[in-house]
Amino acid sequence: MSEASRFDTVAKAESTPDTPQPYAELGMKDDEYARVREILGRRPTSAELAIYSVMWSEHCSYKSSKTHLRQFGEKAPENDALLVGMGENAGVVDVGDGYAVTFKIESHNHPSYVEPHQGAATGVGGIVRDILTMGARPIAVMDALRFGPADAPDTRRVLPGVVSGISFYGNCLGLPNIGGELGFDSGYSGNPLVNALCVGVMKHEDIKLAQAPGPGNHVVLFGSTTGPDGIGGASVLASATFDDESHAKRPSVQVGDPFMEKLLIECSLELFAQDLVVGIQDLGAAGVSCATTELAAGGTGGMRVDLDRVPLRDPRLTPEEILMSESQERMMAIVEPAKLDDFLAVCAKWDILASVIGEVTDVTEEEARRGGRLVMTWRGETVVDMPPRTASDEGPVYERPFARPDDQDVLLGDDPAALARPATDAELREQVLRVLSAPGVCDPGWVTSQYDRYVLGNTVLAVPHDSGMVRITDSSDRGVALATDGNGRYTRLDPYAGTQLAYAEAYRNVATTGARPLAVTNCLNFGSPEDPAVMWQFAESTKGLADACQALGTPVTGGNVSFYNQTGSTAINPTPVIGVLGVIDDVHDRLTSAFSHDDAGATIFLLGETREELGGSAWADIVHGHLGGRPPKVDLAAEAALGRVLADSADHGVLASAHDLSDGGLAVALAESCLRGGVGCEVDLGSDAFTALFSESAARVVVSVRPDAEAAFAELCERHGVPVAAIGTVGGTALSMAHSGGRIAIDLTELRTAYESTLPAVFGGE
Amino acid sequence: MTARVGVVTFPGSLDDRDAARAVRVAGAEPVSLWHGDADLKGVDAVVLPGGFSYGDYLRCGAIARFAPIMTELVPAARSGLLPVLGICNGFQILCESHLLPGALTRNSSRHFVCRDQLLRVEAADTAWTGSYSSGQEILIPLKSGEGSYVAGGETLAELEREGRVVARYVDSSPNGSQNDIAGITNEHRNVVGLMPHPEHAVEALTGPSVDGLGFFTSVLARLADGAPLAAATG
Repeated sequence: MSEASRFDTVAKAESTPDTPQPYAELGMKDDEYARVREILGRRPTSAELAIYSVMWSEHCSYKSSKTHLRQFGEKAPENDALLVGMGENAGVVDVGDGYAVTFKIESHNHPSYVEPHQGAATGVGGIVRDILTMGARPIAVMDALRFGPADAPDTRRVLPGVVSGISFYGNCLGLPNIGGELGFDSGYSGNPLVNALCVGVMKHEDIKLAQAPGPGNHVVLFGSTTGPDGIGGASVLASATFDDESHAKRPSVQVGDPFMEKLLIECSLELFAQDLVVGIQDLGAAGVSCATTELAAGGTGGMRVDLDRVPLRDPRLTPEEILMSESQERMMAIVEPAKLDDFLAVCAKWDILASVIGEVTDVTEEEARRGGRLVMTWRGETVVDMPPRTASDEGPVYERPFARPDDQDVLLGDDPAALARPATDAELREQVLRVLSAPGVCDPGWVTSQYDRYVLGNTVLAVPHDSGMVRITDSSDRGVALATDGNGRYTRLDPYAGTQLAYAEAYRNVATTGARPLAVTNCLNFGSPEDPAVMWQFAESTKGLADACQALGTPVTGGNVSFYNQTGSTAINPTPVIGVLGVIDDVHDRLTSAFSHDDAGATIFLLGETREELGGSAWADIVHGHLGGRPPKVDLAAEAALGRVLADSADHGVLASAHDLSDGGLAVALAESCLRGGVGCEVDLGSDAFTALFSESAARVVVSVRPDAEAAFAELCERHGVPVAAIGTVGGTALSMAHSGGRIAIDLTELRTAYESTLPAVFGGE
Repeated sequence: MTARVGVVTFPGSLDDRDAARAVRVAGAEPVSLWHGDADLKGVDAVVLPGGFSYGDYLRCGAIARFAPIMTELVPAARSGLLPVLGICNGFQILCESHLLPGALTRNSSRHFVCRDQLLRVEAADTAWTGSYSSGQEILIPLKSGEGSYVAGGETLAELEREGRVVARYVDSSPNGSQNDIAGITNEHRNVVGLMPHPEHAVEALTGPSVDGLGFFTSVLARLADGAPLAAATG
């Protein structure tokens, strides 16, 4: 048997139109396969089938979400700062002084369940390459993590693995990890959420796009060799519901090499600086398939690739496997012939393997109409001859049916007002400590102390503060602040409002540092889109986010959708994680969440209105295991006013600290401000101590005001229409809270033990 | 004349820009040195920065030891004439190069640890610690996965006897280091290896303190006073 007969070619596809093909195993539906045949006018070769199956997978094509995501563009507020919008690898915003910032959050949920360490590690690697691909130097990362109950056996397998993977990869890469989230809920058992965010900075003129212009230009693959890891990851892992056989899919998870990625970053930035590339794309999901089709589609539409020239880790790989491999740390560049030698010299300096695998070609008008022409050869035979735009841009779009779940009204009607409240001061005190020490509320130090937050030397704020903040370069005082938030409980109760609350919290977290919120990214974690109830949650959620972003003038610049987060028929609570980026002109003006010894005697003010709002609250969950009622009211105008007060206060140096109120309400916010500064406080809770402490009304912040600035601050609040109440003073060695019926006091030592000992007790001390 | 302090970049070095910034803040001129060039460019002192040189494959610092730049650096450092500060991965490289005794092993917690760490400066008579006083406590970041210092009994006794423990962790060791050792020096006191990162504590804005700056001002003062660096015979 000759070698040529062992693989499928275009000639063979034409002569054997009826050969059965395994499209269903690759995740394609009957009608999708039929459409490929119609586009090509014949059956696809097995290599073409590989390309279409990964490019049209849910993960790459957004076929179920596209119709809903459009409104982020349609409702985008007028914003001069937006330089590159949705659709590219990541959005780019202007932050002033000629600098631009690009940021994006992405999920790596399924791989992180199958193989926590490598799954989480390659999640970091992937998002960092997305940012690098825009022409930016990556400057920081964050992670939003959610797991099953902390003490569940599987969490003890998954969480340490995920954390070690992020720690291993991010630390070796030399990017500071400046914050994120850590949450626990039984719904995430068997389906952890691992969402990684990266931010990068560049000068305006250095923005790069995924495109392949100029016939005759070289197509260069550089970075790691291509191996059998991660084959079919996109279609098999990310686009199918988990079942008991998941563990058998281990080879689908990629293996990361952060050292190679570090070299790739430095090498790419040097290539950009010397202006040696005209287009660039990273190889993530769908590997070579995605990079070639997207680059070709973004350019002339024409490209010729010789797959024999792809450097392999394993010489036995077939063309289909080469096309589907998700081997990490690879990039593809379009290089002008005159600059090829210089390009290769930079790669050699960094010991980066680079291979010319093809060239950009011209297309006829007829070919352009069909979607361009991508031709690939293997062992001298043509194995791919297809219009690339049909794979990258013209995938199927589904209008999935959606329906409000039948149990939604039952859930909303289950009002937490009926729950037993603490009857005595002793009970109230005990519940404050119980909420503070709960795994999703307590100090995440066990996790975050495994991440390098100092490297690069520009970290101004990091965990545990409300946002991370980095100075954009050494030579500038300008900084960016970033926060991510999500609350699956609120979103389960009301997906529209819950998503707006997640957005509002991230917005507020950025505002409490003194930064002005500017732009939004999102990672939408949901169950199966084939379930109408899940699709209803998704539709409501995206509408909520688009409306909120329109109202507050912060455009969505990009993001990621992760469907099929469910085990069997049980979906996770819908968990849109919203990232907000803000800008601060002078990082020296930043605000922290810590009360300070230096400000003992400073007045503590509570900003915003406190209502009796306990639906979906941490108190209801932790004390009663209850989820029901309505989430807190959304008031976007109040959030905006609060943001203006905070930005003005930071500019004028009026505030000593600012901390947002969220999970666990005032009780948790006060405890955290005390513990972070190592100083107590004395506050008066008024007539209803329980509601004052545990309500989770939105648009609230607790601040301490510098002596002699109280009047000016109160005036500022009044001017912006923000309700303000003086509730106490900073000082002492206890969290001391009086109310009309009595008083409770918790010494800082006891408070600290409650806050800091939970995770070490579960996952092991240092 | 402004002193020139070299900062070596190996593939996988991460804190090289930070080290260069610290040199600049201290008032000297940082000079980039490339691992592949056997050329110290005539610098007055050298910092081996933190990171994961060559991916830390095989063993931390084990491959960096054989880099071309080290063929120039090792004899100059051994002679006592060239001040060298190895931070974190740089400390590991100094041990692998046998410029310093002992080795750095996996943290006792088995986890990477990043925290603000209190140190006590024990030896204020090295090329890199003259600005401190003996017994002074300083707060600088520690961030490492393999920072547990180990050495043979005789070596440890010698380090202690000769006052060559440069800094110790205060309270308890965060990584299981013998004798709570955070840093050591050689016989000539020109080579210092330190696990925590002084270059991340040179600006109030970004560090937990500015206590780390002293390492960099110390070497400049030493270079300026013109005293022979190879004080000991060896």
